Amino acid sequence: MSENTIKTPENLVYEKTSVMTDRVLHYCPGCGHGTAHRMLAEAIDELGIQGDTIGVAPVGCSVLAYYYFDVDMQEAAHGRAPAVATGIKRVLPEKYVFTYQGDGDLAAIGTAETIHACNRGENILVVFINNGIYGMTGGQMAPTTLEGMKSSTSPRGRDVKTMGNPLKITELVAQLPGTYFVTRQSVHTPANVRKTKKALKKALEYQKLNKGTCFVEVVANCPSGWKMTPVQSNKWMEENMFPYYPLGDIKVPEK
Amino acid sequence: MKGNEALAEAAIRAGADAYFGYPITPQSEVIEYLMRENPADRTGMQVLQAESEIAAINMVYGAAGCGKRVMTSSSSPGISLKMEGVSYIAGAELPCLLVNVVRGGPGLGTIQPSQSDYFQAVKGGGHGDYKMIVLAPATVQESVDYVKLGFELAFKYRNPVMILSDGIIGQMMEKVELFEQQPRSKEEPEWATVGKKEGKDSVIVTSLQLQSEEQEKVNLRLQAKYREVEKNEVMYETYNCEDAEYLFAAFGSCARITRKAMEMARKKGIKVGLIRPQTLYPFPADAISELSERMKGILTVEMNAGQMVEDVRLAVNGKTPVEHFGRFGGVIPSPEEILEALEQKIIGG
Ligand SMILES: Cc1ncc(C[n+]2csc(CCOP(=O)(O)OP(=O)(O)O)c2C)c(N)n1
Ligand code: SF4
Repeated sequence: MSENTIKTPENLVYEKTSVMTDRVLHYCPGCGHGTAHRMLAEAIDELGIQGDTIGVAPVGCSVLAYYYFDVDMQEAAHGRAPAVATGIKRVLPEKYVFTYQGDGDLAAIGTAETIHACNRGENILVVFINNGIYGMTGGQMAPTTLEGMKSSTSPRGRDVKTMGNPLKITELVAQLPGTYFVTRQSVHTPANVRKTKKALKKALEYQKLNKGTCFVEVVANCPSGWKMTPVQSNKWMEENMFPYYPLGDIKVPEK
Repeated sequence: MKGNEALAEAAIRAGADAYFGYPITPQSEVIEYLMRENPADRTGMQVLQAESEIAAINMVYGAAGCGKRVMTSSSSPGISLKMEGVSYIAGAELPCLLVNVVRGGPGLGTIQPSQSDYFQAVKGGGHGDYKMIVLAPATVQESVDYVKLGFELAFKYRNPVMILSDGIIGQMMEKVELFEQQPRSKEEPEWATVGKKEGKDSVIVTSLQLQSEEQEKVNLRLQAKYREVEKNEVMYETYNCEDAEYLFAAFGSCARITRKAMEMARKKGIKVGLIRPQTLYPFPADAISELSERMKGILTVEMNAGQMVEDVRLAVNGKTPVEHFGRFGGVIPSPEEILEALEQKIIGG
């Protein structure tokens, strides 16, 4: 059978969304970033808002997110994506604006920008990839690193007495009147992938209502930083991350 | 009008799309005026008080990346915080207007006027090889006019422009003539992120290059741009230079005080002139070099410990002695002490 006899319309059950470019992802094998990208891209595609969406990439492993999302994008300084997104949204209020940020970016260096964008209720979508580690710089401790978890800057495990506690920033922003929809999802099983996409789609739809910030956390694995195989890392995530960062909606719009 | 308020009104009239700022003395009147005036009703201009100068400059980045006319203002400690963002703006080649109403430093320093941020302004300020275009007003009128000029230059070169003012000009009341309201621009530059157009590539605003060769190309392009700026945009004024044997060099509010000292010296029969750079970058190096050939000595007068004097010395290149006189930490020099410095450091020296 040649490729052409396989690739017939009746055989085609799944296509890459046109909101993703053809560039080969630079992420490590099994990393959650790729799947999260794709779900966000599919949500944008299905809502038909590719030409009306402006994204903000962070500093972190997804610094090159603009290679993969085929929408207009800006690259922000480390932690500043919510401020950059605020600037964009304030001058282009009709556009859909999202940030895509890791835990170091969003919950350490960019904490002030995150909290205040949410507190102002900026009508943006914040996508937060929580892998409990600094992936890009080689596996240092993140604000979300679990107690006892080893990293290159907590080689004997995170000691919360001297290194602080893992930060549940998603629960924190849910407390703010400025947030409209806050949820925590994952992309490690097909069922969870579908839920994440649904949440992202809902969040983008809400942006039209001008009701406040939508915040979607995705608890993700970092096989390289955690020094595990992708399969091991997913199992470890279920057993260790989810008990501390439970999945599900944290704040949903009142009906 | 008060300097800071006139500057804020000028921003509205120049057709600014947005202002993002954070309060700090002696420039808080800028955002206070804007909030009072509510330009959203007049022109649609957006005004937002950010949670910090860091956030404010990154909001500027975001809005500037959409091709909009954006301004921020602050004073020295706040400008230091903005420098990360300014470097990114310069690297991504975005236009924006910054105002620094300088106060004395270092650290929290003092709220009194100073010119101690000259180095930070003209040498780039943040990390990386970049330049801001730096305009130095000496009057409230000039700070108003430089808002308009600043936006024009920012868009002409896609580069951050800074108005380097100080607490004297910001707080001073002076008569001004305001220019007419200009419409906000409806243009969508092709480099702006306004939503991907069908059949076109998506627009990316970034200052990141993974390959060093690519980053070198960016730097070469920036340098070529700066050479153009140096060729086209130098502005300065000279006073009494035709017959002068000595020369003062001073900028901003300090140039006004120095002018008084010059008049006093002339009355005493000392033939002294004054050059006042209006652009600090690009610096009027050629003009100073030319003038230096017929001067017995040059005194720079600055409200700092000696910053512009370095650029003057580079321009003069040893052709005549160059000395510096300054008061700093928020102290304003008097014309009398400037004249005394001329007599002691240059004429007697
Ligand atoms: C101002 C500044 N400080 C530090 C860095 C170095 N740095 C780059 S990415 C990063 C951490 C990224 O971690 P995270 O946000 O968790 O994203 P991940 O890589 O795990 O996806 C750091 C510290 C930087 N680029 N800029
Ligand atoms: S380092 Fe971690 S977060 Fe970064 S790409 Fe690799 S697996 Fe993903």
